[in-house]
Amino acid sequence: MSLTTKDVDKIAWLARLAIDQSHVTAYTRDLSGILDFVEQMNAVSTAHVTPMAHPTDQPQRLRPDIVTEFDQRQLFQACAPLVDAGLYLVPKVLE
Amino acid sequence: MEWETVIGLEIHAQLATRSKIFSGAPTAYGAEPNTQACAVDLGLPGVLPVLNGEAVRMAVKFGLAIGGTIAARSIFSRKNYFYPDLPKGYQISQYDLPVVSRGHLNILVDGEEKTIGITRAHLEEDAGKSLHEDFHGLTGIDLNRAGTPLLEIVSEPDLRSAQEAVAYMKKIHALVRYLRICDGNMQEGSFRCDANVSVRRMEQNEFGTRAEIKNLNSFRFVERAINFEVERQIALLEAGGRVVQETRLYDADKGETRSMRSKEEANDYRYFPDPDLLPLEIGPAFVDEVRGQLPELPDAKKERFKAQYGLGEYDAAVLTATRETADYYEAVVGAAGCDPKLCANWIMGDLSAALNRAGVEIDQTPVTAERLAGLLQRIADSTISGKIAKQVFEAMWEKGATADALIEQQGLKQITDGGEIATIIDQIIAANPEQVSQYRAGKERLFGFFVGQAMKATRGKANPQQLNALLKQKL
Amino acid sequence: MHNKTIAELAAGLRDKEFSSRELTTHFLARIGQYNPALNCFITVTEELALQQAEAADARIAAGKAGPLTGVPIVQKDIFCTKGVRTSCGSKMLDNFIAPYDATVVERLGRAGTVMLGKANMDEFAMGSSNETSFYGIVRNPWDTNAVPGGSSGGSAAAIAARLTPGATGTDTGGSIRQPAAFCGITGLKPTYGLVSRYGMIAFASSLDQGGPMARSAEDCALLLQEMAGFDEKDSTSVKRTVPDYRAGLNERLAGLRIGLPEEFFDEALDSEIARTIEAAIAEYEKLGAEVKKISLANMRLSVPVYYVVAPAECSSNLARYDGVRFGYRCQNPKDVHDLFMRSRGEGFGAEVKRRILIGTYVLSAGYYDAYYLQAQKIRRLISEDFKQAFEQVDVILGPTAPSVAFGFGEKTSDPIAMYLSDIYTIGVNLAGLPAMSIPVGFSSNRPVGMQLIGNYFKEAQLLNIAHRYQQVTDWHRRVPANFM
Repeated sequence: MSLTTKDVDKIAWLARLAIDQSHVTAYTRDLSGILDFVEQMNAVSTAHVTPMAHPTDQPQRLRPDIVTEFDQRQLFQACAPLVDAGLYLVPKVLE
Repeated sequence: MEWETVIGLEIHAQLATRSKIFSGAPTAYGAEPNTQACAVDLGLPGVLPVLNGEAVRMAVKFGLAIGGTIAARSIFSRKNYFYPDLPKGYQISQYDLPVVSRGHLNILVDGEEKTIGITRAHLEEDAGKSLHEDFHGLTGIDLNRAGTPLLEIVSEPDLRSAQEAVAYMKKIHALVRYLRICDGNMQEGSFRCDANVSVRRMEQNEFGTRAEIKNLNSFRFVERAINFEVERQIALLEAGGRVVQETRLYDADKGETRSMRSKEEANDYRYFPDPDLLPLEIGPAFVDEVRGQLPELPDAKKERFKAQYGLGEYDAAVLTATRETADYYEAVVGAAGCDPKLCANWIMGDLSAALNRAGVEIDQTPVTAERLAGLLQRIADSTISGKIAKQVFEAMWEKGATADALIEQQGLKQITDGGEIATIIDQIIAANPEQVSQYRAGKERLFGFFVGQAMKATRGKANPQQLNALLKQKL
Repeated sequence: MHNKTIAELAAGLRDKEFSSRELTTHFLARIGQYNPALNCFITVTEELALQQAEAADARIAAGKAGPLTGVPIVQKDIFCTKGVRTSCGSKMLDNFIAPYDATVVERLGRAGTVMLGKANMDEFAMGSSNETSFYGIVRNPWDTNAVPGGSSGGSAAAIAARLTPGATGTDTGGSIRQPAAFCGITGLKPTYGLVSRYGMIAFASSLDQGGPMARSAEDCALLLQEMAGFDEKDSTSVKRTVPDYRAGLNERLAGLRIGLPEEFFDEALDSEIARTIEAAIAEYEKLGAEVKKISLANMRLSVPVYYVVAPAECSSNLARYDGVRFGYRCQNPKDVHDLFMRSRGEGFGAEVKRRILIGTYVLSAGYYDAYYLQAQKIRRLISEDFKQAFEQVDVILGPTAPSVAFGFGEKTSDPIAMYLSDIYTIGVNLAGLPAMSIPVGFSSNRPVGMQLIGNYFKEAQLLNIAHRYQQVTDWHRRVPANFM
C-alpha cells in the first residue's frame, strides 16, 4: 500500500493539518511505511469475528435528566484565544 | 413531458429534556451566549459524555408512536467534520444502528389517505450557532445550543409533492407535541427539516439525482423551497442538462434555493463507534414501561371523536390536529353537556377565527373551555339565540368576562315568554294594515318583513322559533 | 527522606517524625537541584505544594489524616489540574490553564496528597521515549544518555531520581509499564474502567487508562486505592467495589500458576533481558509458584492492530484542538479553514501529525473495512487469546520491553522501530487487562523490567505477586548513582 503525495494532501485537508510542502514527501514515506506494516492484518481470516470496539461488555449507563452545570463562562473563556461579548470569535464564516 | 416529484424529509426535533444529551447543562432557549455551555459542551480537553436517560425514553416513545422497531442494542458513532460551531470536531450521532427503525405514518391529502414510511429515527447532539452579524468583521460562536438532544426522523422517499411533504411534516409536528417530546417551536429552531428532492419522468423506475435543501424552519418554506427546486430541476432536465447531487440552501427572501460551496461537499465524515460511549441497550421492560406512558395518539383520538361525538372525518381531524385543541374540545363538551357538534362548530368557527386574528395558540385563549361551555349552555337552554351568542363571544374575548355576566349586564336574555311576543306581534299587525292585507292576499314573502319588525322591536332577543310560530298563527 | 517509600513516608508523617511541609520542601529542593539535568517536569507547582503541605499538616494535627495525607506526588501533565497549566506535552496546550480537576487529581487531592508539579511526557502521550515532548527530552537517571521511555517518561524518571516518591501515569500502549521498566521503578496499568478517565486528556479512548507509578508494589497499592473507583462522569467507568489493595499484599504464592507466553520470549528479545527474566522466574518458583508455557497466538498482530485503532481514535479525539475555544491559535488567520489548518499544523508536533493522518486515512471512505474494522476484529481475537490463557494460568509473565532503555535519536527516524518497542505491552491495552512492570535487574547497567499481566480486575493479585517478589529482592530499592 503506497500513498502518493496527493493522497497525503487530501488526508491532511480532511484532518485540517497544514503540512509544510517540504515535509510532504517525508510524511508520504512514513505513512506508506506504517500502512505497509499494518498490512499484516490482512493475513488473518476474520469473516465470523465480531469487531471489538470496547474492552468492556457493559452497556451504556443512563444519566438522570437533571441540570447539574451552571454558568462558568468567565472561567472557561479565560483560556480562549479571542472572545467578545461572551462569543468565541473566528474569521468570517461565509454561508 | 410528465414529471414525477420524489421527496424524502429528514426532520430534526429538539427533545424537550431539561439537561443536554451528554451533559448536565440546561437546554433553555434564549440565554446569554455561552452561559449554558459547560465543559463537556465546549469539548474541553479531558471531558467525557454521559447519556441522558430521558432523551432515550423520548426516542422510544416516538418509535412506539410510529409503530417502529426499538433497537435492543444501538450504537453512538462520531461524525467527524470541522466547523467553528462544532466544538469537538465531531458530532455524536447514530449511524449503523439507530434507536428506532421502520415506522410509518398516515397523511391525508385531498381527502385521500396515504402511508409514509419512516426509515429511522436516531438520537444525536445539536451543534452551536454561528452569528454572522458583524463582530469587527468576525463571526461569533455561541455554544449554548451545542449538546441539545435531537431526534432525527428520516422518511422514506415516499412523498410525491410539496403538499404531501407539508402534510407529513405537520403530522410529525403534531405527533411530537402530542408525545410532549418536543415543543415544536419552529421560530426557535426546535423543529426543522432538510428535504431531499428529485424528479423523474413518469415512466421511469429509478429515482433521479437528488438535491438536499438544508434547514427549512417553517411549513411555508418547505412548500416554497420544494416547489422552486422541482421547477428548477425540471427546467434543467428539459433543457438537456443534468441535476448535480449537492446541498442547497433556501433563501426565503428571494424564494429560491442556491448551491452551497462545493468544497464543503468533499466531506468524508469518517463515522466510527464513539469509544467514550458504550452500546445503548434497551430491554423489553423499559419499552413496556414507556408504552404504558403513551398518550392517546392523534389517529386513535380522531377515530374516537368520530365514534363518541358523532363528528365527521373533517371535524374530527381538525379537532385532533393538536393535543391542545383536542383537550380544549373535550373540556368544552364535558362542561357544557350539550350537542358535541355545536361545540365543534364554535371551536372551529368563532374561536378559531378569533385565535387567528389575535395570533395566539389555543392554550393561551382568553375564552377558556369552561367559559365557552357557559356560553354554549345559554344557547342550548334558549337563554340567547345563536346570533346574540356571537356578540356575547366577542365581548367575552375582549373583556374576559363570563357569558352569564355579559348577558345579564347587557340585557341580552332571549324573550321566550309567548304572551310578551304575542303582544309585540299584535302591535306590529295593528301598525301595518297594508302589509297585512297584501300578505293575506298571497304575498308570502312579506313574512320576513314581519319577522324583521318583531326583531327590531325586541332588539333581536325574541326566540326565533316562537316568533315564527306565533306570527304564522296571527297572520 | 527521599529514599523512603510512600508507605514509610506516610508512617513518618503519622508519627510526626517530620511534617509534610518539611517533606515537601525537601523534594522541592531536590527538584531544584536535579531537574535541570533531567527535565522531568513541565511545571513545578512550588507555591501550591507548600499550601497543600500546610493543609495536610493541619489535618494530621487534627487527627483527620488518611493513609496518604501529606505525601508529595507528581501528576503526569495529561491530567487536568484546575488553575495550573495542563499542556499534555504539546505546544497546542502550552497556554492552557485547566478550568477543572480531573477525577484522579480530585481524588488524590481529597486524600491529602501534595502535588509537586506536572510531569513531562510525550506529546499527547504519543511516543515511547519522551522525545516527542514540546518541552524537550527527559533523561534517564540511570544513564543520562538513554531515554526514560514514554509516554510517562517524566513521571518514571522523577521517581527513579528520588524527586518524588510517586506519580500518576497513563498507559495507552505501554506508557506506564515501558518507562517504569526503563527507569527501574514499579508501575501499574489497571483494568480498563477501574480508574476514571474524566479530565485525563484523551489519546485513544478505548485504550487509555491512568495508573500509579512508584518504587514498590506496596506504594502502587496505596496510590491505586485512592485513584480507583466508579465515576459517574465517565461512561466507561465500572461500578464495582474497590478492594483493599494493601490487605492482600502478603498472600502466599504457593500454587500460583504463572504462564509464560512463547511469543514473549522470541528472537526479538534481548538475550541478557531473557536471562534476567529467567532469574526472576526462578525466584517465583522458590516462592512456590508453578510455571507453565502458554501461547498468545495473535500477539504478533497487536502492534499493527494498535497502529490502526489508536490513530483512528486519536484523529477524532484531537479534532477539538482547532484554535477556537482554547489552546494554540495561529497568527492572522485569513479565513476559518486557514485558522484550523495552521493552528493545528503549527500546534502539533510531527509524531502527533503522523498519527492523526494515519487515523484519518484508516477511517476514510473506502478504507474503513480493510483497516479499522479488520483491526477491531483482530482485537477480539487477541482478547480471546488472553481469555483462554487465563483459563489455564493465574498470571502471565514476561519482559516489559524487548530491550533496555535505548539512546536518544536511535529510533526517532524510524517510526515502526519505535512502535515495536511496545510489542509486549500493547496487547494488554487492546484487551483492557491490568498489568504491572517491576524492576528485576540490569543489563548493560540499565534497568530491566518484568511484566505481570492479570485477569480483569485482578489488580490486588498482581500487587500481591509483585510485592512478594520485592520482599525477597532489592532491585526496587536500588538508587541511580548520581541521585543518592
